Amino acid sequence: MSGDVTVSAEEVAALRERLDREAEAFGYHLNPSREFTLELTEGLLINERRYGYRACPCRLATGDKEKDLDIVCPCDYRDADLAEWGACYCALYVSDQVLSGELRVRPIPERRPPEGRRQRESPDRVPTRSGHEPSLPVWRCRICGYLCAREAPPGVCPICKAKRERFGRFW
Amino acid sequence: MEARGSVKGKHSQHPVVLYALSTCGWCRKTRRFLESQHVAFDYVYVDLLQGNEREEVITQVRRWNPGSSFPTIVVDDRAVIVGYREDELTEALDL
Repeated sequence: MSGDVTVSAEEVAALRERLDREAEAFGYHLNPSREFTLELTEGLLINERRYGYRACPCRLATGDKEKDLDIVCPCDYRDADLAEWGACYCALYVSDQVLSGELRVRPIPERRPPEGRRQRESPDRVPTRSGHEPSLPVWRCRICGYLCAREAPPGVCPICKAKRERFGRFW
Repeated sequence: MEARGSVKGKHSQHPVVLYALSTCGWCRKTRRFLESQHVAFDYVYVDLLQGNEREEVITQVRRWNPGSSFPTIVVDDRAVIVGYREDELTEALDL
């Protein structure tokens, strides 16, 4: 439990089960240490109570959702960290290699750029040459990289189920 | 959980400050490691601080660790260890 807010063990266990089910359904895995994931899930719930969104339990949230959108779990950096290190920053999510025991979870460097070097305005957008614009805007899911060409991003990413707010204009 | 505090321990020759988040799994592991080694240390849970005090502590952490990530452990007011690193703590604290 964490000073300012409290959450019940039942709530924590229920959310952990849901995250586990969703992870497996979408091709991700929770850390095999149940105890560790329960602690992190408790942190997510505490942050949700405190700030109104599930900020990463291992990063300091500001309380301003716009500023913290990149660290709302699952964070924008999860998939790159899974590919490079086998685990996300807080190690709630791990790769197949970790699950099979080929790779061990270790603390990893912070991939999130320091404050002031974060660009939320269309950070993914690729430069276009005039005359080569696509006929529709292309949107990219910042969580899993899914691309779609349509007038507006989907309400929910069909691949990883991230919400519309996690899409950025790619093209 | 208190935002700040001190833990007593028989290894007290090095002043140790643990800057941590109360929700973070790696911070918890670091604290448990220090306790298991009977290290005396001060701790600050930055996420439990409010207002000016929080800003001041974030500025302090940034001075030691420009990325201001957690845990940040300062030993002897000089050496900085970022993240849960048992081997680095063992060396810095002569455990």
